Amino acid sequence: MPLPNWLRTTLLTLGSIAVTLLGLLFVTFVIGRVMPIDPVLAIVGERASQSTYDAVFQELGLDKPLIVQFGYYIWDVIRLDFGTSLLNARPVSEDLARVFPATLELATLGIFIGIVLGVPLGVVAAVRKGSWIDQVARVVALVGYSMPIFWLGLMGLLIFYGILGWVGGPGRVGIFYVDVVPSVTGMILIDAALDGNWDVFKNAFSHIILPASLLGYYSLAYISRMTRSFMLEQLSAEYITTARVKGMSEWDVVWKHAFKNIRVQLITVIALSYANLLEGSVLTEIIFSWPGIGSYITTALLSADMNAVLGGTVVVGLIFIMLNIFSDLLYKVFDPRAR
Amino acid sequence: MNVFTRLLSGAALGLAVSLTPLTATAETPPNMLVIAHRIDDITTVDPAESFEFAGSDISRNVYSRLVYLDPMDLEAGYKPDLATSWEVSEDGKTITFTMREGVTFHSGNPVRAEDAAFSLRRAVMLDKTPAFILAQFGFTPENAEETIRVEDGKLVITTDKKYATSFVLNCLTATIGGIVDMETVMANEVDGDMGNTWLKTNSAGSGPYKLDSWKPNESVTLSSNPDYYDGAPTMERVIVRHVLESASQRLLLERGDVDIARNLNPEDVAGASATDGIKIEDELKGRLMYLALNQKHPELSKPEVRQAFKYLIDYEGMKNSFLSGQYTIHQNFLPATYLGASDENPFIYNIEKAKELLAEAGVENLEVEIGVREAQERIEIGQSFQNAAAQAGIKVNITVGTAKQILARYRARELDVYLGAWGPDYPDPQTNAGTFAYNPDNSDEANATGLLAWRNSWDTGGLTEKVEAAVTEGDRDKRVQMYLDIQAEFRETSPFVVMFQQIEQSAVRDNIANWSTGQAVTSAAYWQVTK
Repeated sequence: MPLPNWLRTTLLTLGSIAVTLLGLLFVTFVIGRVMPIDPVLAIVGERASQSTYDAVFQELGLDKPLIVQFGYYIWDVIRLDFGTSLLNARPVSEDLARVFPATLELATLGIFIGIVLGVPLGVVAAVRKGSWIDQVARVVALVGYSMPIFWLGLMGLLIFYGILGWVGGPGRVGIFYVDVVPSVTGMILIDAALDGNWDVFKNAFSHIILPASLLGYYSLAYISRMTRSFMLEQLSAEYITTARVKGMSEWDVVWKHAFKNIRVQLITVIALSYANLLEGSVLTEIIFSWPGIGSYITTALLSADMNAVLGGTVVVGLIFIMLNIFSDLLYKVFDPRAR
Repeated sequence: MNVFTRLLSGAALGLAVSLTPLTATAETPPNMLVIAHRIDDITTVDPAESFEFAGSDISRNVYSRLVYLDPMDLEAGYKPDLATSWEVSEDGKTITFTMREGVTFHSGNPVRAEDAAFSLRRAVMLDKTPAFILAQFGFTPENAEETIRVEDGKLVITTDKKYATSFVLNCLTATIGGIVDMETVMANEVDGDMGNTWLKTNSAGSGPYKLDSWKPNESVTLSSNPDYYDGAPTMERVIVRHVLESASQRLLLERGDVDIARNLNPEDVAGASATDGIKIEDELKGRLMYLALNQKHPELSKPEVRQAFKYLIDYEGMKNSFLSGQYTIHQNFLPATYLGASDENPFIYNIEKAKELLAEAGVENLEVEIGVREAQERIEIGQSFQNAAAQAGIKVNITVGTAKQILARYRARELDVYLGAWGPDYPDPQTNAGTFAYNPDNSDEANATGLLAWRNSWDTGGLTEKVEAAVTEGDRDKRVQMYLDIQAEFRETSPFVVMFQQIEQSAVRDNIANWSTGQAVTSAAYWQVTK
């Protein structure tokens, strides 16, 4: 008896996720093992005795064949056990539960700013092609593409925190508010709201707004240019001319007809931008002392903490997969042909 | 962030800040100390395992030892801490410590000789990285029960041979000498690990502070111990925030959100020093920058060539340019502030003198390879040396590599010349004398990769015996003289060109008093700080 359509689709989706994840795990595991970094030396230091070195070598299971090590790793990952961080002796899953919400909070606010400003800017730039608004949008996007993020970040900190004092400084929250609200989601804004502690909320907001705006600006640059390009294509189509000839208002032509038809493409663009932000913007995290997943993976990589690198990579891989699935679902909502 | 981006960001911020001078605007509470520091090197806070700079800072403030170094009087050397006095046996091998009475751990448990014995035995038996500091006295996991014991309520340790008492006690001031609460630690033992897993992230000490939390790459929070035997610290809470970027540290300091910034680059130090309400405090640290000449090389092993290289370093030029404020000239293997340190720096930049020496040695058209790790300051030192050497007719080829690549070749005695840094492991002169000037077996088979003299195939010309004698000399003053003599000979004969000693520059708000990073001999202390 043939499987129902929905079940077949679900199974196929799950199968593709499993294969993608396995491939991801294999590649990262192999890269981790062939990297010219000695994880044992990273733990014991240059001056440790040979017996100390050997003990740690065995403790890490590095004396076993690669394929056996990989087998153990897969089994652990299935049980959501990414092992212990070689460097800080904590479970990697605990570390990830601490750093990922920090990035999620920052990236979500960043992409929100990027969408709210970027999409209208792109639409207006397309509708008023060649006008001063279009030129401004182009310059904004160009600056967004070309300015090094660390430079803009430092300038932002200097002006809005150092000189004007409008926003909080580096870190997620001021020292008086550290650990004041119980951690439920790991996202301070949400935790503070859940706790009803609006002082913490305000302080956390003052700390996140600058790095989020910075990330939002970079997303905006990309989203606005892509929106403009998609809209120009639609606005030159015959059905738009027909709509105008029929006397439809310009607002309806742009938003009800042209924009409606670029939503699917925009979803891809936004999903990609969001995924990039969720990977963690290392430089932004460094400048703003934001303990997110980007700086976590980078620090782990430079310190040869391979459990942490692999754990972080799996999380990032999962994000991409989830966003892909979510995008597919949205396609089906917005485009009947994809159903 | 790579070198280019660092430079660019530093330059950008420097330019902007120079145009817009900031004034400090806010203050942290009077009973709280907030420090911006790079703490991503902390891997554990167990004193038997911790061997990194930021981890040692925590340990120093959380764990009392038998003897300690007073941050307000570091020159005095070790002083009584949990041990009020000690007696040395006639044969010089046994030391009996009388414990301070009435001291309690943070848990409320009393501090006893049993805890001290347990702590030292535990460090030996766990055999983690810093265990060699105790193992050099002949303590092994097998004999620890007999050599470290309790008799009549006193702690008794017996070494395998006679050592200078100052050597033993100096080593006990190191992080590994921290006394842990046996009852609490063993209550958290898992699979016979003597509480190691638990102590990696928790504390069980009796020091002036207790550890509230350590969030990796984020912060360390300490709160004062109201029952500390020497009185509760003025700063009731200490928060060390992990701030990687120098520019971010500076902004936090200038806005008054932190009291101390510990990792400012020279540009930011200069900028911060011009800001109202901020002062710069310099302290000499233990790191030495040096060149080492491989004595397997037929030309580099000539005494005149070794001498010539010491005249090919533009000490003043580098100190006053790209090393400004970060390093000072130092030409001895014991860092200034160490017992027995020498302040003799006889070599100056003198190309003509170097040429004469090379001519005396009959060396012409010398070409050598110098291995340098990919760190900006080292590469710049290498380039400065390369230019100077070229003027003396020596062609220097610089090989830049990762730490692992360069160190592997250095340890395999393959490099002609190595340019690198060395930091002491514990606060006794033996730590550096025992590696720069000690090499009992110079053969390849000895494979003594831990000894710098061996790595450079240098047989030390008799200094090995002098180092052995100094480490057993009981009279402190005589011992100091012995190290001064060893270093005088070392300067003239060794293939090491010791060039610079590191300076740590802390940018501190001017209401902070008594700040100490511990100089070269120890770590940062917080309990004496006031506002």
